[in-house]
Amino acid sequence: MSVTKKDVEYIAKLARLELTEKETENYTDQLNQILDYMEKLNELDTSNIEPLSHPVENFNVFREDIIQPSVSREDALKNAPDANEEFFKVPKVIKTD
Amino acid sequence: MNQKYEAVIGLEVHVQLLTKTKTFCGCRNKFGSPPNTNVCPVCMGHPGILPVLNKKVVEFAVLLGLATNCEINKRSIFARKNYFYPDLPKGWQTSQFELPICEHGFIDIVKSDGLEKRLGITRIHMEEDAGKLIHDQGTDSLIDLNRCGTPLLEIVSEPDMRSAEEAYLYLVKLKQIVTYLGICDGNMEEGSLRCDANVSIRLKGEKKLGTKTEVKNMNSFRNVEKAIEAEIDRQIDIIEDGGKIIQQTLLWDADSGDVKPMRSKEESHDYRYFPEPDLMPVLVNDDWRKSISESLPELPEHRKKRFIDKYKLPEYDAELLTAEKPVADFYEAVLNTTDDFKSASNWIMGDVLKIINERKIKIEDFPVSPENIGRLINLINEGLISSKIAKEVFPVLLDENKDPRTIVEEKSLLQISDDSFIEEVVGNILGNNMDQVKQYLDGKEKVIGFLVGQVMRETKGKANPAAVNKILKEKLEAFR
Repeated sequence: MSVTKKDVEYIAKLARLELTEKETENYTDQLNQILDYMEKLNELDTSNIEPLSHPVENFNVFREDIIQPSVSREDALKNAPDANEEFFKVPKVIKTD
Repeated sequence: MNQKYEAVIGLEVHVQLLTKTKTFCGCRNKFGSPPNTNVCPVCMGHPGILPVLNKKVVEFAVLLGLATNCEINKRSIFARKNYFYPDLPKGWQTSQFELPICEHGFIDIVKSDGLEKRLGITRIHMEEDAGKLIHDQGTDSLIDLNRCGTPLLEIVSEPDMRSAEEAYLYLVKLKQIVTYLGICDGNMEEGSLRCDANVSIRLKGEKKLGTKTEVKNMNSFRNVEKAIEAEIDRQIDIIEDGGKIIQQTLLWDADSGDVKPMRSKEESHDYRYFPEPDLMPVLVNDDWRKSISESLPELPEHRKKRFIDKYKLPEYDAELLTAEKPVADFYEAVLNTTDDFKSASNWIMGDVLKIINERKIKIEDFPVSPENIGRLINLINEGLISSKIAKEVFPVLLDENKDPRTIVEEKSLLQISDDSFIEEVVGNILGNNMDQVKQYLDGKEKVIGFLVGQVMRETKGKANPAAVNKILKEKLEAFR
């Protein structure tokens, strides 16, 4: 299993990353090295081992259903690149065609 | 539908949970608040935030799982479903993928032909809702993040439905269950219950599945049925014309009554699910499961059966009264005041529901209290008013909601059971209608109906009909 430049371009696109030609080549190499190492790990017999989803053995970390104060709208909108008094603003995501 | 084909339908239903707070933060979970007022760094997806799961969400999920005959997984985990869209500031939806909380359940429906059918549930998982985008303002899209992080349960059915009717009945049943459980208000118009349908067709007898399409944007129960019907017809037309079904997402257009393809750009999905590292696994042990199951309220099927057994109601009445929990609650509240089970049922199915539908109100907002409906029924049964007078009292009750006995007294509507008074009226009526008396004596006994009518008219409907009948007969016979 090896990663092609095309795969890297696709993954970058999904993550909204713009890569230069050089970066793409660089990451393709690096990703392949990582996968080569994974191949090595794959030599181990793990058929009797449960897949690990979390490295710590904690579970059932809950919050009671009790209302906590929200932040003010003014503060909520403060960090936004664009907003009006009530809403966050983004360039139109659906064309009116 | 062309009889050569059968449809294969599966539904994905999202229900918004009636918790006080959101899934992973303490922000208020409330529909209709001013935009961006129920938000905090957690639900706005600021960097460095840590979600903490609302325990109630797990309990609601287990409740629904138990009510739909699911297995409750002892261990379930959350996953990130990654995609970019402005209503989802984190860049992923926190959901469940590999290990959902409930699996392998079912719902039973009864079709219009009376046949029962069991429809499988593949899984129920916990997830969060996205924010709301408003597109119709100028050159920008506006975002309200109040809904962001609202708890949802997604219920995925098996592809067990074979017609739009079955899909409709499944959805109605599911709504009934979530509203009885009190975990969702089931309002499709407001979006607290949403439904997408996967539809394919195949020749009858064929085992292989056809290519499926996904139909979205159906915002009422009837629209789900109509949209699926339209999509089945569309697919049959394509196949009959020698074409092929393309796997795609379609949007239902309620105005034109057909489905239209979504632009393909919006549906190229690659979610790259992976386990959510910030949320610990959820373990539901036997004790917890047991304590949740003890809080299970009576479910619609059981309540219907109880109405038939305990109140001796016909199946039709029981079905209608238990279709919606508040109506069933209202019925049983009436029974606190009267033990005439069938009359209570008749009043609710007739006069009460008629007003509810006319005024488009909820039964919770019905102006007459269940006690006063019960009292009205008792007045009839005690012979104090006739059922005809009761129909006159009812509109007054609607306006004033006071003890019907007071209304009856104020308006002097009390039934006249005083025999001597009735005898006098009957005597007068007979004296004025000797032709009819003659006919009666000649064997035309039907004429008695006319004479009863005359007496009732004279007494403005207040004479006790049983007494009138009895006295009339006696006096008529006395003429022989």
